This record gives sequence, C-alpha cells and structure tokens, in this order.
Amino acid sequence: MPRQIAFYGKGGIGKSTTSQNTLAALVEMDQKILIVGCDPKADSTRLILNTKLQDTVLHLAAKAGSVEDLELEDVMKIGYKGIKCTEAGGPEPGVGCAGRGVITAINFLEENGAYDDVDYVSYDVLGDVVCGGFAMPIRENKAQEIYIVMSGEMMALFAANNIAKGILKYAGTGGVRLGGLICNERQTDRELDLSESLAAKLNTQLIHFVPRDNGVQHAELRRQTVIQYAPDSKQAGEYRQLATKIHANGGKGTIPTPISMEELEDMLLEFGIMKSDEQQLAELAAKEKTLCAG
Amino acid sequence: MSLDETNDAAFHEGLIKEVLEQYPEKAAKKRGRHLNVKKTDDAGSSTCGVKSNIKSVPGVMTIRGCAYAGSKGVVWGPIKDMVHISHGPVGCGQYSWSQRRNYFNGTVGIDSFVTMQITSDFQEKDIVFGGDKKLDKMIDELNEMFPLNKGISVQSECPIGLIGDDIEAVAKKKIKDIGKTVVPVRCEGFRGVSQSLGHHIANDAIRDWVFEKSKPEWETGPYDVNLIADYNIGGDAWPSRRLLEEMGLRVVGMWSGDATLAEMERAPKAKLNLIHCYRSMNYICRHMEEKYNIPWVEYNFFGPSQIAKSLRKIAAQFDETIQKKAEEVIAKYEPLVAEIMAKFKPRLEGKKVMLYVGGLRPRHVSNAYDDLGMNIVGTGYEFGHNDDYQRTTDYVKDGTLIYDDVSGYELEKFIEKIRPDLVGSGIKEKYATQKMGVPFRQMHSWDYSGPYHGYDGFAIFARDMDMAINSPIWSKFKAPWKAA
Repeated sequence: MPRQIAFYGKGGIGKSTTSQNTLAALVEMDQKILIVGCDPKADSTRLILNTKLQDTVLHLAAKAGSVEDLELEDVMKIGYKGIKCTEAGGPEPGVGCAGRGVITAINFLEENGAYDDVDYVSYDVLGDVVCGGFAMPIRENKAQEIYIVMSGEMMALFAANNIAKGILKYAGTGGVRLGGLICNERQTDRELDLSESLAAKLNTQLIHFVPRDNGVQHAELRRQTVIQYAPDSKQAGEYRQLATKIHANGGKGTIPTPISMEELEDMLLEFGIMKSDEQQLAELAAKEKTLCAG
Repeated sequence: MSLDETNDAAFHEGLIKEVLEQYPEKAAKKRGRHLNVKKTDDAGSSTCGVKSNIKSVPGVMTIRGCAYAGSKGVVWGPIKDMVHISHGPVGCGQYSWSQRRNYFNGTVGIDSFVTMQITSDFQEKDIVFGGDKKLDKMIDELNEMFPLNKGISVQSECPIGLIGDDIEAVAKKKIKDIGKTVVPVRCEGFRGVSQSLGHHIANDAIRDWVFEKSKPEWETGPYDVNLIADYNIGGDAWPSRRLLEEMGLRVVGMWSGDATLAEMERAPKAKLNLIHCYRSMNYICRHMEEKYNIPWVEYNFFGPSQIAKSLRKIAAQFDETIQKKAEEVIAKYEPLVAEIMAKFKPRLEGKKVMLYVGGLRPRHVSNAYDDLGMNIVGTGYEFGHNDDYQRTTDYVKDGTLIYDDVSGYELEKFIEKIRPDLVGSGIKEKYATQKMGVPFRQMHSWDYSGPYHGYDGFAIFARDMDMAINSPIWSKFKAPWKAA
C-alpha cells in the first residue's frame, strides 16, 4: 500500500505550489508518486505537467456518459520525473455538487488501480473542509497524514483550526492523523512564533517554515516548480528539506486537539494580530481627538 | 348512531398505557402525546387531546410520506393536461407511479399524462455538474414529443435542493421558449415532517406560477363554483360534480382530479370554493379568499347524512332556487338510500371499525359508517394538523381511541386488543391485519374499487364493506394448530 498524504489549508494559501514543489523534491529521492487533485479548478498538477491538465476525471466522465466508461489512461498523465498526475475536476463555480465529484473521482481512481505501484499518493484539496465530499481524503483508508498549509494571517489560522476539527472527527474511526503544519511565510508579525504556538496547541509540529521567495513566482510563471526551474536555488533547498522531513514523518502523525474560538482569539490577541475591544476603543478615541483638534 | 353514545374510554386508555410501556422512556413520552381518547368536558367542549404534525420518533415504523409525495403524488400529479417531471434520480417517480388511482378522461400520451412516469433520471454527472441544462433540454423534448400538453411542472426530488439547482430560472426561461406554463415546485422530500408540507408547497406554486399568469376569457355566472381537493380516486369527483350540477351550480373548476390547467387558471373567477380535502388544499382556498374575496365552504360527500347536510350547507350560500333544487336532489336520492340501507344495514349494523388514513378520511368517512349502523372505535391521521383533530371531534363519539402518526407496533397492538370487525387503512397495513383474522379495506385507494363519493358512491361503499366483513373466507379462518 502506498503512503497517502493530503494537503489542506485556506484558499489561496499556496497549497498547490507547496505540495507540487515538495513532491518534485520527493521524486528526486526515488519515490514513485501519484497526485490526486481535488479541486474543481484543476490546478494541482500544473507545475508538474508544465501545463494545465485538461482531461479531468469528471469532465471526461460527463462527456463519455458515466465514470464507468472511462479508462485510467484517459485521465492519468505523466509529469516531472515520472510523477503521475490526475485531477478530479468538477463543475464551474455556483452549480452542481463538487463534493460529490471528489468522491466519484477518488473511487474511480482507486478501483481502477491508480494507487498500485506507487510509493506516495498525494491529495491536494481545495480550501476548507466545507462538506463530506472534501473530507473524502480524510476518511478511513485514505490519507494517513494531513499537512495543513497555513501562514501568520488570521483567516489562515482559523482555517487550520477548522481543518484540525475535521481530522479529529475522522481520527477516531479511521487512521487519519495530523502530520504537521507547513507555514508558507507571508511576513506577518512574529509569524514563526505564532505558527509554533498554534502547532503546540493543536498537538502537532510546525514541520517546516517555508520562507517567502520570489523565485517561486518566477518558476510558477513558467509553469514549473522551483525544483525544476532553479534546482540549485536556496528555495529549492527549502522544499527538499520539507520533503525529507515529510518522508521521515511516516507514522508519526498525531490526533489533533483543535481549540475553541475563544482560545484562538486569545492567542491572536497575545500575538497582537487581533485587537481587544478596549484597544480598539482606545485607538478610536485617540483618532477622534486628533480629528477634533485639527 | 349518534354522538350521544360513547365508546369505552377506560378500555382505550388502558390500551394506550399498555403500548407505551413497551417503549424506552423517552420514546414513550414522545409517543404518549400522540395517543388519547376523545373527551368532552362539562362545558361541552371536545378534544382529541393529541399533538400532531411533529417529526416521527426514530425507530418506530411510521406510515408517512414526504413532501414530494404531497406535491407530485397528491396535488400536481392528477392535473391531466400537464406533464409532470419527477426531477432527480429515477426512484421517486418510478416507485410512486400511478399509486393514487386518479381517474381522468383523455388519451394518455396525447392530451393526458397522468399515468405516465416522466423523470429526468439524474446520473452522477448531473449531481456533480448540476441538472439545469438537462432540465432545459428535457422540457424542449417533452414539448416536442407531446405537443398537446398545456404546461409542465417540475417536481423536485431531494438532490435538487442539495446541489442548489436553480429550477426557477430554468422555468422562467422555458416559459418564454415554449410559450406555455412551466411550474417549478420545491417539494424536496427532506422538507417538513410528512407529505403535508408538500401540499402546502404545491398550493403555493399554484398561487405563484398559475394564478394571474394568463388572462382566461371567461364569462362568469352567478352559480360558478370550484370543486377543490377532490382527487377523483376511483372516480370520486364525478358523482360529486353531478350532485352539484343537479342542484343548479356550475362547476367551473374541479381540482385536481381529472383537472385541466385551464380550470386552475380561471378558478379566481368563481363565486364560491367548495373544499373536500381540507388538509391538502385549504391554503389555496384561504389565498383566494384573501386575494379575490371568494368564500370557501368545507363539505363532505361520504354517506347520505353528510351528503344531505353538505348540500344544504352549500345551498345556503346561494338563493332560494338553489336551495329548492338541493332539497329536490336530496329527495330524489332518498329511494336509492333506502334501498342501500335495506340491503346492507342489517348485515353491517353494530360492527366495530378502526380507521387510519391520510388527509380527510379519518373523520369524513366516519358518518358513512354511522349511516350503516357501524361504529368507529378508533381513528387517526398520518399527517393531520391540530385543526384536523379539532374537526374530528364533530364526527366521533367520546371515548374513541385517537392515534396520530401511529407506529406499526401501536396499530397492530390496538387491532389485536380491540379486535374490530373491520380496519380501514393502507396497503402496508392490509395484509398484516388480514393475517390477524380481521377484515380490511384499503381506504386510500378504495382497494381498487370506488367511487365512494356521493349517493352513487355510497352504494359501492356499502357493498365493499359488506364484502370485506361478511366474506365467507372468515369462517374458514382457523389457526392450523386449532384445526385438528
């Protein structure tokens, strides 16, 4: 059985970029990898394939009539150093049920042997765990470890805590564990401290702090990972470190301990990200004073 | 029999206690509120004393349906010149296909579509990518295939609500495209506690998508009435309509049994609404009262005493001509009634009956049994509301056992202990009851007989009850271990 991991996190946090760079580093360590993109936008494999994958499972299934009419070869493309790439695909925004699509696609891939003969299956899942469909990779016999991509921004922290709740829900019945937090640096105040502090509260680790680097942008504009575009760069080294850590982290995941809203808000106050009511009122008063004086 | 007589309240209360003892504490407390006996206090006010229209207790076998059943199965399905789409996966339409026996005149597949099962047959891809485009195309195809259809209704099954399809937008577009009425009905099965909410949603759809959408050219008359909420099961609406016409009224709309879309469109022009099944269509009657100032009257065409009472009540809304004619109608049928009584009353007198049915029958048919000298000892509604039970107090004797949303276990226990001479309920109850050695008639479908409405219907009703109770089969009914 391959090791199955999944990347979750707030929308726009850099899940797909982080996961693809990490997997590109992992393939250098002679691992055979399958990517399962679980986002209707189908952009989880773009940097590995150096192009956007057009043939998603669900679009082809819709065209053919049903998912039973598909062959695995139709939907699986080979990318950077032999990484196998698939995308669930899904409806355009605002119609249908993307969650059901994820379930359908994953079942199809599994039943048709996509998981045979690989060392890693990696799921890249959109945004928050909004419904049962997007929790599919967390369920029994799917991903063993979840990596949450986050940053020091407030909403990213909220999302991370919510995802931890989703993992906890299924941790009791299945084998899913939280592998760790990956901080994708946004250069907010005390970002490293904050990330470590949240990791501790969630009973997990900050597995890696990925510094902000423009090289990632340059590579992405060329539809490449940093590993491929600038293999000797410092940033490529960061992703190799993360890949090594994840590779060594097998079986070391934990059952998360998500915290209450109050606790989370207290933490944000402590780190000065959120202001207390008193603070806000005081600042307002000061502002009014200056305005009146003027 | 009159309401001055009573049923055995103490015995029935004992039965209730006995069945509740079998439940866990929480379930017993919940179910206890739905079981009682009818009582009248010293001041003369009566009550059935039960709670109703509440979510069924999980784990008990309930006989209820869903909102889709209430809309597609009851209100919309019988409208004959419209095509009704069961929108969603195939099962809901397939397994409810033609179960209500709504009779109609017309040619199936040409100008009438009641007995056709038409579904959008949702597949996985429709769930994932949404079904609006499919619905759009389907309406075009249906309109091409059945050019004489007058309109199309879209009856939502559960997934439509879950995936957020915008069927209203599709309907608006198709009204323009095909130039006919298209009605989206949000009757997803998970809404509400029973089929009852489906009736309400379906009524609202008539209000929002049929009324005032066309300008029917219609010369109104002083005696125009709508016959509302008769679903023409086994042809019920036809003898009902004849009685009204014989008394000089003009039935300009008959809903929704054997109904056309045009009859609904012109309904707001009538002088009076006559409503039979209060539960399923009181909403639209109240709307027409508020908006178009049309009064409504409940009536009951089961059994001669209620028919005569109803004819007089309806006639009282009109002038003396109608009142005189109503008396003539009642007199005209007296010999028929006398004949029915002479033939069947001696065979049925004193027989005990238990009922468990749907919208109006748990009370409406009880006087038809009374007319034959039979005695209703227990009755209850699948999906009645408080106002149904209030109305029931006018129909049943004190001490009558009342059971709301009865569970399979409770009903079986009651039948076993009361051992009535006849049980009237649905197909799910039929064979279990007959195996207990108790005669049974289906009172939803009239057991594939009917009509039961009107004087003509009463003759059939009396014959059917006699057939069930006095069948020679019951004399052969002996437990095998007692046979020797």
